[in-house]
Amino acid sequence: MLRFELKDHHRENRVINDRLIFAAIFAGILFAVVMIRLTVLQVFEYEHFNALSDRNRVDFEPLVPQRGLIYDRNGVVLAENIPVFSLELVPEKVIDVDITLQELQLLLALTDDEVAEIQQQIKHQRRFKEVVVRQRLTEQEVAKFSVNRHRFPGLEVVGRLIRHYPHGALFAHTIGYVGRINEKDQQRIDEKNYKGTQYIGKTGVERFYEDSLHGQVGYQQVETNVQGRMVREITNTPSVSGQDLFLHLDINLQRVAAQALSEFNGSIIALDPRTGGVLAMISKPDFNPNEFITGISRKSYAVLRDSMDRPLFDRALRGHYPPGSTLKPFIALAGLEMGIVNESSSTFCPGWYSLPGKEDHRYRCWKKQGHGKVDFITSMAQSCDVYFYDLANTMGIDRLHGFLDLFGFGRRTGIDVPSESRGLSPSRQWKRNARNQVWYPGETLISGIGQGFNQMTPIQLAHATATLAMRGESISPRVVRATRDTGQTELKLLPIERLETLPIIDSRNWQATVDAMVEVVHGKRGTARKVGKDLTFKVAGKTGTAQVFSIKQDEEYDAETLDKRLHDHALFIAFAPVEDPEFVVVVIAENGGGGSKTAAPIARKMIDQYFGIIPNE
Amino acid sequence: MSDTLIDWKNPPRFSLTKALRVIHIDALLLFGLFILLGLGLMVLYSAGDQSTALISRQLVRLGMAFFVLLVLANIHPDRMRDSAYILFGVGLILLVAVLFVGHEGKGAQRWLDLGFFRFQPSELMKLAVPLLVARYLAEYPLPPTIWRLIIGLVMIIMPSLLIAKQPDLGTALLIASSGLIVVFLSGISWRIIIGFIVSSTAALPVLWYVMHDYQRQRVLTLINPESDPLGAGYHIIQSKIAIGSGGLFGRGWLEGTQSNLAFLPERSTDFIFAVIAEEFGLVGVGLLLVLYLLVAARGIYIASQAQTSFARLLAGSISLTFLVYVFVNVGMVTGLLPVVGVPLPLISYGGTSMVTLLAGFGILMSIHTHRRMMSS
Repeated sequence: MLRFELKDHHRENRVINDRLIFAAIFAGILFAVVMIRLTVLQVFEYEHFNALSDRNRVDFEPLVPQRGLIYDRNGVVLAENIPVFSLELVPEKVIDVDITLQELQLLLALTDDEVAEIQQQIKHQRRFKEVVVRQRLTEQEVAKFSVNRHRFPGLEVVGRLIRHYPHGALFAHTIGYVGRINEKDQQRIDEKNYKGTQYIGKTGVERFYEDSLHGQVGYQQVETNVQGRMVREITNTPSVSGQDLFLHLDINLQRVAAQALSEFNGSIIALDPRTGGVLAMISKPDFNPNEFITGISRKSYAVLRDSMDRPLFDRALRGHYPPGSTLKPFIALAGLEMGIVNESSSTFCPGWYSLPGKEDHRYRCWKKQGHGKVDFITSMAQSCDVYFYDLANTMGIDRLHGFLDLFGFGRRTGIDVPSESRGLSPSRQWKRNARNQVWYPGETLISGIGQGFNQMTPIQLAHATATLAMRGESISPRVVRATRDTGQTELKLLPIERLETLPIIDSRNWQATVDAMVEVVHGKRGTARKVGKDLTFKVAGKTGTAQVFSIKQDEEYDAETLDKRLHDHALFIAFAPVEDPEFVVVVIAENGGGGSKTAAPIARKMIDQYFGIIPNE
Repeated sequence: MSDTLIDWKNPPRFSLTKALRVIHIDALLLFGLFILLGLGLMVLYSAGDQSTALISRQLVRLGMAFFVLLVLANIHPDRMRDSAYILFGVGLILLVAVLFVGHEGKGAQRWLDLGFFRFQPSELMKLAVPLLVARYLAEYPLPPTIWRLIIGLVMIIMPSLLIAKQPDLGTALLIASSGLIVVFLSGISWRIIIGFIVSSTAALPVLWYVMHDYQRQRVLTLINPESDPLGAGYHIIQSKIAIGSGGLFGRGWLEGTQSNLAFLPERSTDFIFAVIAEEFGLVGVGLLLVLYLLVAARGIYIASQAQTSFARLLAGSISLTFLVYVFVNVGMVTGLLPVVGVPLPLISYGGTSMVTLLAGFGILMSIHTHRRMMSS
């Protein structure tokens, strides 16, 4: 074998050499192709490319689309774009950045901090990217710079449209605000479509509907002269402006809500139960979103961030509140549906309740002296805790949790505003997982009156109330009602997000529960009887007073001596008209004391506004 | 057989060529390299905003690269053949390692940080693959049997797939082609070659399917750069303007406006050919391509004069792969091929590829200058 191999050495050489020659010829052909290509580009198309390069330079400029506007249901503008002039610097085109900044500092009275920040930005950006020297120039500053502009090559006054919220804080949480695109935002955007765009929706509707509001970038192919100035436009692909949004929100109702809650922290939500449309939604305290657009100063931000009242926190979607007695209608309906109670079952309320065998531990009714004999209707109207302790005890936490789950407690409602919180509807399983503890029967009792571990967000409560009003039809809340494409006049209505229909076996149970809630508002001894005064239609409601501070067995709740922050939260839920509901309202006034004293009157103001009732004082 | 060898036996007087031979350097090849590298520095000075710092960094790298060339030129080709498996094995392990602990650059994992310097294992493979395939095929009579051919192809495909996964499709294809050139030179029948070309053309749609989005974008951009003038098409549009506006004689050194006004991206690295075309015109780039061809021709001559099949295959692959690099880069810059990040050999700014290239030329010189000792 080996000999044979050595013998053929010459043949091998010949084979390889033949192949080398072939490969060399092939390479020659490829290089000839390249030469032809180069000749085409450099000789035959020379004039064309030379024109593009020598006389003028071709440049591509993105045409930034105009952000869609936001209107309320009456057509009032809630978010608009206003022209603002800013001074911008392109580092690449500036001869000496430091000297230029020194001269600018004198001209425009820039602070040392501002200059330092600009220098930082120049360092961290690509050299052909513009850096804003001063945002929102006054007319005087524009004039001052224009006179001196020959001294500052590479600097330019640029007019831009900037987002503006004409109603300031009124819609701060719901509509949210736009801000400069940061690194985190880069992850979620299509870089190409955001060429030239400086702002992006950061929170609220502005964020949720970013894709619709932003629109499509266009571009312009232009010839520029040596100074980079545009000489001629070659092609132009126009941008497509973002869609305008039309909200369910009613600015008048929103204003009433903000005024009515003025002295409290908390939240008000009004819904149209038929569509899930959010008619009003506020979270107090609030803030001015306009400050955030061009970058809020560190100091102002620190004030907002560190405030005890947490104004940046959207209570409507993220605030966790114990629902207190506002949970009772849902538990009452559960009792009917499970056959534990009926419309005529009654209980005796001595002012307290205790579990069998543990008589020394008393679960108190809010009314110390007791309600006496209470039935289904009166227990709701007077919010008797003992009746519901008993009901919850018989039902057990598993069935209780399962039923509340139907109404969406402990789940996100799916509203079209980001960062909604899940709340907490406690269960045996939850307690084992989260706290590694067993569930105690006493905790079922507390859950039966909406206290204990129960944590609901205002939007959950509003959604559940709307589901109750619609007799089991669950519809996801929506802030945006319709969109409108640029240049079009007609609106495109967004679909109603029907989630499910609750599996209630006996439809009479709805009526019984609603009747009991009507008694809360219209009954002689109803806890919200002030709400029903002089109304021509019937309102169903329920008050709630949620404990913030737990009182020990032998202590008294005394508002006088207790710190304001430990006062009870006041809650109220309602819908109207009872037979054909079109309005749902939820009021939560933090540390407002009692639901009937504080929250119910606020809800009445909302009802008056919505139904056009002029209150007679 | 060779006239130069007879001269060496009776040196009549001092000759630089012969002095270089003592340290195993081939004078003609060295001369060609010097011209190309000198031209490269000149262009780099223009493309890099006339920065002397850039030039001195490149000079340091060149010094390192020439050191590697000198070392390799003095290693006997048989020793290289002996270490083929080890080099290939080490390269393969490093390629796997880079997938797990590699450093990212431009969205791809290619670098291995060794503390004192960063290393691209794919560069090692550029030499290890042709080295091993040449050794493996030359061990037995050529042309290889089908069975040996298949094993040889596996040796090519394994590292190529690993590099394609980084993802660095350009380098993967170049390494694959360096191995395939060895296979081609080994004299496999034309039927197999044509069959391979037909089947790989048929496999193109599959390749399309496994490509990354950005790679597909590049192919689409090649077909119609104006479809995406702000994104991927920008490179090609600007590079074509630079080349086309150079005309027959160019704008002159340091006078290229496209390049100096920063319209042309990556102008000191992958797109430096466009700078040459703009500043020196068709005449300049024509001369440059001829220079490349001459250097490669010297390499092919060396291959044809080598005394073992292993050395012929290896030298042939190194010389032809060198031309493939040039063709892929120029094809990309002129819009004939998609944008794959391949530098222009010996001219683009950058360290690792320079070292590998000159190492390859070191191997060529070793093959050429060790012949006598082998024949005796």
